[in-house]
Amino acid sequence: MFDNLQDKLDRAFKVLKGQGNITEINVAETVKEIRKALLDADVNYKTAKAFTDEVKQKALGENVLNSISPGQLLTKIMNDELTKLMGGTTSDIELGKNPTVILIAGLNGAGKTTFTGKLAKYLKEKRGKNPLLVAGDVYRPAAIDQLEVLAQQVDVPVYTNRASSDPIAIAEEGVAEAKKNGQNVVIVDTAGRLAIDEGLMQEIAAVKEATQPHEILFVVDSMTGQDAVNTAKAFNDRLDFTGVVLTKLDGDTRGGAALSIKSVVNKPIKFIGTGEKMDALDVFHPDRMASRILGMGDVVSLVERA
Amino acid sequence: EKTKEGFFSKITKAVVGKSTVDEEVLDDLEEVLVTSDVGVTTTLKIIERIEERVARDKYINTSELNGILRDEIQQLLAENNSNDFENFAYGQHKPYVIMVVGVNGVGKTTTIGKLAHKLKQAGNSVVLGAADTFRAAAVDQIKLWGERVGVRVVAQAMGSDPASVAFDTVQSAVANQEDVVIIDTAGRLHNKLALMNELTKIKNVMKKVVPGAPHEILLVLDASTGQNAIEQCKQFTQATDVNALALTKLDGTAKGGVVIGISDQFKIPVKYIGVGERINDLQLFNKKEFVDSLFK
Ligand SMILES: Nc1nc2c(ncn2[C@@H]2O[C@H](COP(=O)(O)OP(=O)(O)OP(=O)(O)O)[C@@H](O)[C@H]2O)c(=O)[nH]1
Ligand SMILES: Nc1nc2c(ncn2[C@@H]2O[C@H](COP(=O)(O)OP(=O)(O)OP(=O)(O)O)[C@@H](O)[C@H]2O)c(=O)[nH]1
Ligand SMILES: [Mg+2]
Ligand SMILES: [Mg+2]
Repeated sequence: MFDNLQDKLDRAFKVLKGQGNITEINVAETVKEIRKALLDADVNYKTAKAFTDEVKQKALGENVLNSISPGQLLTKIMNDELTKLMGGTTSDIELGKNPTVILIAGLNGAGKTTFTGKLAKYLKEKRGKNPLLVAGDVYRPAAIDQLEVLAQQVDVPVYTNRASSDPIAIAEEGVAEAKKNGQNVVIVDTAGRLAIDEGLMQEIAAVKEATQPHEILFVVDSMTGQDAVNTAKAFNDRLDFTGVVLTKLDGDTRGGAALSIKSVVNKPIKFIGTGEKMDALDVFHPDRMASRILGMGDVVSLVERA
Repeated sequence: EKTKEGFFSKITKAVVGKSTVDEEVLDDLEEVLVTSDVGVTTTLKIIERIEERVARDKYINTSELNGILRDEIQQLLAENNSNDFENFAYGQHKPYVIMVVGVNGVGKTTTIGKLAHKLKQAGNSVVLGAADTFRAAAVDQIKLWGERVGVRVVAQAMGSDPASVAFDTVQSAVANQEDVVIIDTAGRLHNKLALMNELTKIKNVMKKVVPGAPHEILLVLDASTGQNAIEQCKQFTQATDVNALALTKLDGTAKGGVVIGISDQFKIPVKYIGVGERINDLQLFNKKEFVDSLFK
C-alpha cells in the first residue's frame, strides 16, 4: 500500500516539477492521488473531499518562488491543513475534581476495558492520583473478571457488584465508594454497544445523568473504516463526550478514522493505545497522527528527492 | 442517510434517456461503495466493469443498470467460484477441527460460542479449546460460553502454551469421539511477527493428532474495520492458510464492504456473519443479501 502511494505521488509530482506556479491543470492529478491516499487511509469520503478541495483552493494561483518546487509548496499546504484539522495542540485530561469521575464508552471490542486499566496505571504513576475502577459491564461474559485481572495488574482497587445487573446503580455505588474511601478519581468501564441500539444508548445516557462525569471518553479502534463518523456522531449526540481515545495504533493502520472523527465531532483526541500491556498508553500528538494518515514520511522524502 | 430509493432514484434521474452511464451516476456509485469500505481500488474496478457493460450493451435502462450493478458486485464476491454455504454441515472429517484467528476484539470468542451453538443444534458434539491464555479473563469468557451453549471446554492455566492447549483439545476430542473442535486464539495484530509465528505453531501442532487438521481456519473480521482488513487477511493467510472468513458486528451501521475486495483478491469465501452478541446471532453469509444491504 505504501509503495503504491509512493509510486503514484512520484508520478504526480513529476508533472509538477519544474513548473513555476500551480494551476488547475497541473494540480489536478496530485490532488486526485492525495484524495485516494486519504481514502485508502480510511478517511471518511466527505472529509477527504472537503480536505482536498481546501488544499486545492489554497494551492491554486500560488506563485512558486524559484527556491521551492510546487511539490514542496503543496506538501506544506497539506501538512498545515491536516495538522490544523487534527487539533493543533495536545489536550490534557480533567483531573481537578474530588473525585473526578471518568466515564468510558464505545463500540464492542474497541478496547474500553483495557484502556480503563491503562488509564488507572497512568493516573496513579504519572499523575499521583488514587483511582478506583468500577466494573459497569454487566453483559459481556467475564467482563467483570477481565477488569479485576487488569486492576490487580496495575494494583488499583475495583468496585464490583456481581449481584446487580443494573449498570446505573453500579456506577453510582462506585462513586459513593470512592468518596467513602477518599479516592480522587473514579473510572467507570461500560459494556460495548452499537450506536443504533436504542436501549443501550439510553442506558449509558442514564449512567451519565446519575454520575455527572467530568470526562466522558469515547474509545475507538484506530482500524475503523468509513463508519467511524456515524458512530462518533451518534455517541456524541447522546453523551456530548469530552475526548476520544484511539486504540490499537501499534498495528499498521493509517488511522484515517482519527481525522474523520475530529472533523465531525470536533472533540480532542486525548490518548492513544499502542499495545495490550498496561503501560502501552500515550498522550496524543496531532502532528504525528497527521503524518501517519497521509504517509507524510513518504511525501516528504519524495519532495526531498525532487 | 442514503436510502435504497434515494440512490436508485438518483441513478434513474441521471440515466433516463441516455445511452451511457454519465459521470454523475458513477460519482454517486463511487460514494456509495467507498462509504461502505469497499476501497478505492475495488470501487474503480467495479465502475470499470459497469462502463464496459454499458459500452457493450449500448443502451440500458435504469432497471437494467440496477441489476447490472448488483450483478457485478456479486460477481466480484463470487470470483472464487464458491457458492454460498447452505447449512452448517462440514463434510466427512471426524473430528472436524476449526481454528479461529484474527486481530484484537473483532469477535472471535463470541463467534465461537455462537457457532458451537449452531453446530450443536445440528446434532454435533462440540468441544472448545481455550487457547487464548493471554488476554485477561479470556479463559473465563470462553468457559462461560461453553456453559451457555452446553459444550465442553478444554482449558489450562492462564499463561500456558496455547499450542499445548490446542493439542490437548484435539486429542481429547479424538478420545471422546466428538464431532467438532473449535480452537479460540488470542487476538493479535498481524504486524507482530512473534505472535504470528506462534499462530503457525498452534496450527501445526494439531495435525500431529489428526492429519489434515485444522480443516477450517476461520479469520474473523470486524465489519467496522476499514482498509486495514486487507492487510489482516494477507498476513493471517500467510501465517495460517486461512480458508474461511467470518464478518462480525453487521448488526451495526458499518457495511463491511471491505470483504468484496478481499474475496476478490484472496479467493477466500465469507462463510459466517455475526449480527449481534447473543447466542443465536450467527448466520450463513448470503452474497445477494449482502450486496443489497450496501444500497440500503
Ligand atoms: N494491540 C492492541 N490491542 C489492544 C489495545 N487496546 C486493547 N487491545 C485489545 O483489544 C481487545 C479488546 O479489548 P477490550 O478492552 O476487551 O475491549 P472492550 O472495548 O472493553 O470490549 P467490550 O467490553 O467487549 O466492548 C483485547 O484483546 C485487548 O487486549 C491496543 O492499544 N493495542
Ligand atoms: N453487536 C455485536 N457485537 C459483537 C458481535 N460479535 C462480537 N461482538 C462483541 O464484540 C466484543 C468483542 O468480542 P470477543 O468475542 O471478546 O472478541 P475477540 O476477538 O475474542 O477479542 P480478543 O480475544 O480480546 O481479541 C464483545 O463485546 C462481543 O459481545 C456481533 O456480531 N455484533
Ligand atoms: Mg470491555
Ligand atoms: Mg477472544
